[in-house]
Amino acid sequence: MKLRASMLRLAGMFPGARRARERELAAEIDSHLQLHIDDNLRAGMTAAQARRNAILQLGGVDATKEAYRDRSTIPFLEHLLQDVRFAIRQLRKDPGFTCTAVLVLSLGMCASVAIFAFVDAALIKPLPYRNPGRLAGVFESIATEQRSTLSYPDYLDWKKLNKVFSSLDIYQRGHFALTTPAGAEPVRGDRVSDGFFRTLGVTPVLGRDFYAGEDLPSAPRVALLSYAAWQQRYGGERDVLGRVVTLDGAPNIIIGVLPRNFHFAPAGQVEFWTAFHASSDCDLGRYCHTVFGIARLKDGVSLQTASADVKSIAKRLEKQYPDSNRDQGADLELLTDVITGDIRPVLMILLGGAGLLLLIATVNVTGLLLVRSEGRRREVAMRRALGASQGRLISQFVTEALVLVTAGSVLGLASANWAIQILERLISEDIMATPFLHGLGLNARVTAYAGVTALMAATLFALAPSLRIGSRDLREGLAEGSRCTAGIVWRRLGSKLVVLELATAMVLLTGAALLGKSLYQLLHVNIGVQSGNLLTMEMVAPKSGYGKDEQAIALTREIAIRIERLPGVRSVGFTTNGVPVSGNGNTMPFRVLGRPWHGENNLTPERDVSAKYFTTLGAKLWRGRYFTDAEDASKPSVAIVNGALVRKYFPGEDALGKQLARPWPSKPIEIVGIVEDIREGPLDEAIPPVLYIPFNQDPDRDFSLVVRTLQDERALLPALAATIRRIDPGIVMDRGKTMMDKIDDSQSVYLHRSSAWLVGGFAALALLLGVVGLYGMVAYSVSRRTREIGVRMALGAQPGSVYRLILQEAAWLAAAGIAIGLACSVVAATLIRGLLFGIQPWDVPTLAAVAAVLGIAAVLASFIPARRAASVDPVEALRAE
Amino acid sequence: MGDKTDVWQGTLALMALKTLETLGPLHGYGIARRIEQTSGNLLSLNYGTLYPALLKLEQEGAIASEWGVSENNRKAKFYRLTRAGRKQLDKATSNWEQTTAILARFLSPSEDQA
Repeated sequence: MKLRASMLRLAGMFPGARRARERELAAEIDSHLQLHIDDNLRAGMTAAQARRNAILQLGGVDATKEAYRDRSTIPFLEHLLQDVRFAIRQLRKDPGFTCTAVLVLSLGMCASVAIFAFVDAALIKPLPYRNPGRLAGVFESIATEQRSTLSYPDYLDWKKLNKVFSSLDIYQRGHFALTTPAGAEPVRGDRVSDGFFRTLGVTPVLGRDFYAGEDLPSAPRVALLSYAAWQQRYGGERDVLGRVVTLDGAPNIIIGVLPRNFHFAPAGQVEFWTAFHASSDCDLGRYCHTVFGIARLKDGVSLQTASADVKSIAKRLEKQYPDSNRDQGADLELLTDVITGDIRPVLMILLGGAGLLLLIATVNVTGLLLVRSEGRRREVAMRRALGASQGRLISQFVTEALVLVTAGSVLGLASANWAIQILERLISEDIMATPFLHGLGLNARVTAYAGVTALMAATLFALAPSLRIGSRDLREGLAEGSRCTAGIVWRRLGSKLVVLELATAMVLLTGAALLGKSLYQLLHVNIGVQSGNLLTMEMVAPKSGYGKDEQAIALTREIAIRIERLPGVRSVGFTTNGVPVSGNGNTMPFRVLGRPWHGENNLTPERDVSAKYFTTLGAKLWRGRYFTDAEDASKPSVAIVNGALVRKYFPGEDALGKQLARPWPSKPIEIVGIVEDIREGPLDEAIPPVLYIPFNQDPDRDFSLVVRTLQDERALLPALAATIRRIDPGIVMDRGKTMMDKIDDSQSVYLHRSSAWLVGGFAALALLLGVVGLYGMVAYSVSRRTREIGVRMALGAQPGSVYRLILQEAAWLAAAGIAIGLACSVVAATLIRGLLFGIQPWDVPTLAAVAAVLGIAAVLASFIPARRAASVDPVEALRAE
Repeated sequence: MGDKTDVWQGTLALMALKTLETLGPLHGYGIARRIEQTSGNLLSLNYGTLYPALLKLEQEGAIASEWGVSENNRKAKFYRLTRAGRKQLDKATSNWEQTTAILARFLSPSEDQA
């Protein structure tokens, strides 16, 4: 019965119901009076008496109506509704304020919600595997790379010997040449051990997983499809199971399709997953490191324990196989960290930046609200004098804050939704493998985040003005001339807000400047190569036809001749293990002949390059000579080394003419040239020692092409591809890339660029908001002091001294903001040190420049109100009060 | 009016329900008059206070209302007891009787003490 009554009362609050009810009550009272008057007349009263008596007996009609109204609705909600209506009316009366406040707030919300959505998708949302917190990436580690690949035999030993994993599996990243009716097509495909998907806890949506033992060479070749490949290549047909797909010339039976939401970011966008089938020399050689491990930790085993266990296994293998395993350590990392490690600091910086922007926006709106409450002091005092309770007055301000925040949040969420889509489109697929962003958008977590943000903003907005109402003396508010004194309260609180805004803006500006400068440094880092007019293309020739060394050499010679014939091409070079700025690539062990050797491996990145490789790149030869095309296996082995290798292994010696050797077979390799360091790996990492061996002495059918052109290199890409197709359509190649694009798209540049741009955008907005806040503060103070300034001028103050008066106030605020901002900036910059490149967090020129920009902006902002103050007409000012 | 008693909180609803049980469907004025008469004109009742009480009873489902015509041909809103109202009345009556019995025992001069 209670519930029924409450529902009816709630329903009674709608305006339609209210009107109907009032009409009904009026009619009922009318009829009541009629009946009473009839009775009274019958009892012998006169008409006037009868009426008077009836009305008297009824009691106060208004009291009845009010009691009736209270009973038919819920008074608290009724008041709230009234407040909301009043707040909306108030806000509509001042569209300038309302629009500014809502826009500023929605801007802050939009930035922070959009960035949070990315943080959520990439970092918070658990990986789509069973119990992902127990999965670890398993690596072998060497001096130059802590988390490097395992060799297959090592994997087998680790799997057998460990006591800490409930399962250990491997994947090998790679490409397959997919045979299609139109020729060979390169597709992303990985080879995995049989239990790979079971370790992850993923089961195919169609068909079956690999059986145990299906990854052995004796088992028939089978493949799993990604959901996308199933849809795109097989039209999502269920009879795909059992069909044969030819990968790298070998037929594979399709046995299953992986779930739609499955992704494994370390492997990228893989279409075909095949069982490992270790058969090649490299697969079976302990020295050949090509696979990554993933493991599921046994229950109760910590990452540290597991790490210690695999390290002890690695130690044992080092002793057992000193030739191949010396210096091969082990390392474990949680899979979550493997997957999100690179992106996390960037996202955290962006989230921090967006948070600061939100802070500044909120503070800005709080300032506006304070000014407004200042203007409404008399209204508030009047309402209180008329009997409004403190609670009722505060509830009015809270309602107004809620209305503002609601409007700002709705607008902010809508624009965040839009911003997320734009940002998502801007994200390069190569870098942030899109699977990361599965489920990106305004999901429950993001909405909750927005809700909490909105709630905090609302609290702040409601608190600031209501605190001040509480302390206000009623009489003071009503008194006419009290405006000047009240200004002091506002100035104290308001100026703190402005200082806070300016300091925040300073932090964001410094962050943006440092990141921008890092990006600049990164783009201008010396890569040891003339990057303009340079094309690169990676290709793999089929095993049949190019499996022998002579065939591979002949192929590169043929390609070089044909491409050099193309108009606009100056020279052509070849390398293995990738072109510069793509990764340090495979390593080769070596020792220096003529020095005592204790079995150390000196693993060093190695590349097999053609005679014209260095001249094509435009690399600088420091000493000695380049390779010649005639240097093949029949000639003495030679090598070219980079400066880093000389510095590390031949400090203070002449490296030229020294002899190196692999630990086995120990045939001498003579150093014939020294080149300036070429950045083979990421731009922001130190260049390791590198060995260059003639391509013709160690040929491979998997190589990269570099082409130096005379004019616009991009225009040549189609001709390049066509030429190679003409030579052999079975050669699998990528689309080719200019060196400039390669640098621009490299992960480090991409991450630096995106963070620099976004933080730069936040900083620009923060600067604008901070300066507008300062302007508002000074302008308000001027308007409050018009009378004071009038008096001063009437007493003979010159405009110059008025300027000084106002500018001094602004200068104090700006100086305080900049000083606090400087201190915070250094702290903040130290926190993001990991992302800075070639610049210190306390870089003085940057800090000075940012302080100068902020200072100048502050002076400009306060100059306008100062001029208004100086042009005050004393007579007008005094009369206006 | 000085010797008249004000209506106690909550008892008005009970009186209204009882009136409707005794007299059947009745308009607000009739209920007010009946309460006044039954009390032997000892209660001072502002007729207006009856209407919020009736609204509450109606919201709770104890009574239902309908517009009709009075015996002397005036339009009036008639209230009638619902089944739930009858139950509520029974319960309230027994509660009330119990309370008054207890109070009476307290207030009447006990024979032992006399």
